[in-house]
Amino acid sequence: MTAGDRPEQPATPSPIEDRVREIAADNALSLGYSFDELELRVPRDAVAELCGALKSDPDLNFTYLRCLSVVDWQDELEVVYHLASLNHPHRLVIKTRAPMEDPWVPTTIGVWRGADWHEREGHDLFGLEFRGHPDLSPLLLYDGFEGFPGRKSYHIPEQVTFYGD
Amino acid sequence: MATDAGMTASVSRDPMTEQAELRINMGPQHPATHGVFRMVLTLDGERIVDVTPHIGYLHRGSERLAEGENFQQITTLFDRLDYVANFNNEWVYVRAVEKAMGVEVPPRAEHIRLILSELNRIASHLLFYGTYGLDIGAMNPVMIGFRDRERIQHIFEGVTGARMMHNYFRIGGVKEDLPDGFTPAVRALLDQLRSGYEEARATLTESEIFIERTAGVGAIPPDDLLDYGVTGPVLRAAGIDYDVRKADPYSIYEELDFRAPTGQHGDCYDRYMVRMLEIEQSIAIVDQALTRLPDGPVMGRVPRIIRPPQGDVYVHGENPRGDLGVYLVSSGGTVTPYRLKIRGPSFCNLMALADMVRGMYLADATVILGSLDIILGEVDR
Repeated sequence: MTAGDRPEQPATPSPIEDRVREIAADNALSLGYSFDELELRVPRDAVAELCGALKSDPDLNFTYLRCLSVVDWQDELEVVYHLASLNHPHRLVIKTRAPMEDPWVPTTIGVWRGADWHEREGHDLFGLEFRGHPDLSPLLLYDGFEGFPGRKSYHIPEQVTFYGD
Repeated sequence: MATDAGMTASVSRDPMTEQAELRINMGPQHPATHGVFRMVLTLDGERIVDVTPHIGYLHRGSERLAEGENFQQITTLFDRLDYVANFNNEWVYVRAVEKAMGVEVPPRAEHIRLILSELNRIASHLLFYGTYGLDIGAMNPVMIGFRDRERIQHIFEGVTGARMMHNYFRIGGVKEDLPDGFTPAVRALLDQLRSGYEEARATLTESEIFIERTAGVGAIPPDDLLDYGVTGPVLRAAGIDYDVRKADPYSIYEELDFRAPTGQHGDCYDRYMVRMLEIEQSIAIVDQALTRLPDGPVMGRVPRIIRPPQGDVYVHGENPRGDLGVYLVSSGGTVTPYRLKIRGPSFCNLMALADMVRGMYLADATVILGSLDIILGEVDR
């Protein structure tokens, strides 16, 4: 494979594809692949419940929240959950979006306690409200910091882009 | 009321019961916090009722800074996350870009990366060994740990020119080939490490005082550890066999003969033992990799300007502290990443601290914090 090409779909589809589709049911906006990872897009209202269902399902058993990231797409904020199971070799990516004018998603702290600081960080840096989170006080930033430095709209005065477009 | 260097306290008295609860602020400049970490402890006598950790003192905004730098430059930011395991950090990042671009890494470069990363794991665990001894009150381990760690860093300096902050891994390979005499130098180093390991074992592992201080301290149920996303030696000490090198093998780990040591009780002593056993395993890994180190180029075919196609990748690797993950979003055609999220193992491991110290004695707090082996550069990013 030369640099620049990438497979849209892995050689063997994920064995859990059908089971995930079954659980997500009507909530799935799309189910596809990004490199070798199975990727599920859902509306934000359904995400916490769905995560709980995926964790408790014995065939999937996504007990390990690998990562929770927030991505700023200018008009929308996207939350990406990377899940893994330790007793099955399964992995899954869940994505959900919230509009910039009304930035909230439900908290998943009830599903994995490990979501706690990731969500506080997302609130700190991106101003995304994780609805239902018990304590969204500043984690990485100091008290009274103004603005959301993770967002693209936040201006870093000293930042010089060398080869940017 | 000031009690100790870096500690300040306030007393609140309940008039109904006349029982006093003491709030102690520990850090951010306290030596036992291993960096700029602060926790507020609520005490009932000697017992810890609750703890509130405060982080962010070293927050440099690495993720946002990365959005303004081109892909080759970002390696330097990863050096500065977990600054005692630089190679391991660089490796995960370059693998993420390589996956996004579909770059093949030549076998020699894979071996060099693996040898340096495993040596770095040993160096990191030796640093833990030394400083953990200090946390407990033992002065000898730090001499042994730092002596051997310095020998490893001498090798690193010979290869990269720097003791730390190497910036040696490149997207598609490594910066340059190994210097002459690398293999015999590392073989001699491994012999020194083996004898140092025996010395270390006699000094701390079998010390009765050390065992008294650490055995049965700071254990929480394995399911809780998983729930918090705790990984690395802390998770394996509780008997959960999760090592990225085994669970999701990368590089040439599958072809090498090693095991991921696990503990049984999940207490501070087991965490210490798992790290010590990992030193043994890493020595064995380096030994095998040196034997099969192939000749050939050290850089793959990589375009001069790195522009990954549109899309996102998540790549992780086993860092000395646990599962380090990099989530890389590329908008396609640009020379800077659109978004880079770093999942630091120390960051996730630290979340479980409150559960571990609750109900323990104040003197155990530093023992438990030390056993997590956090590096604040990676917690705060």
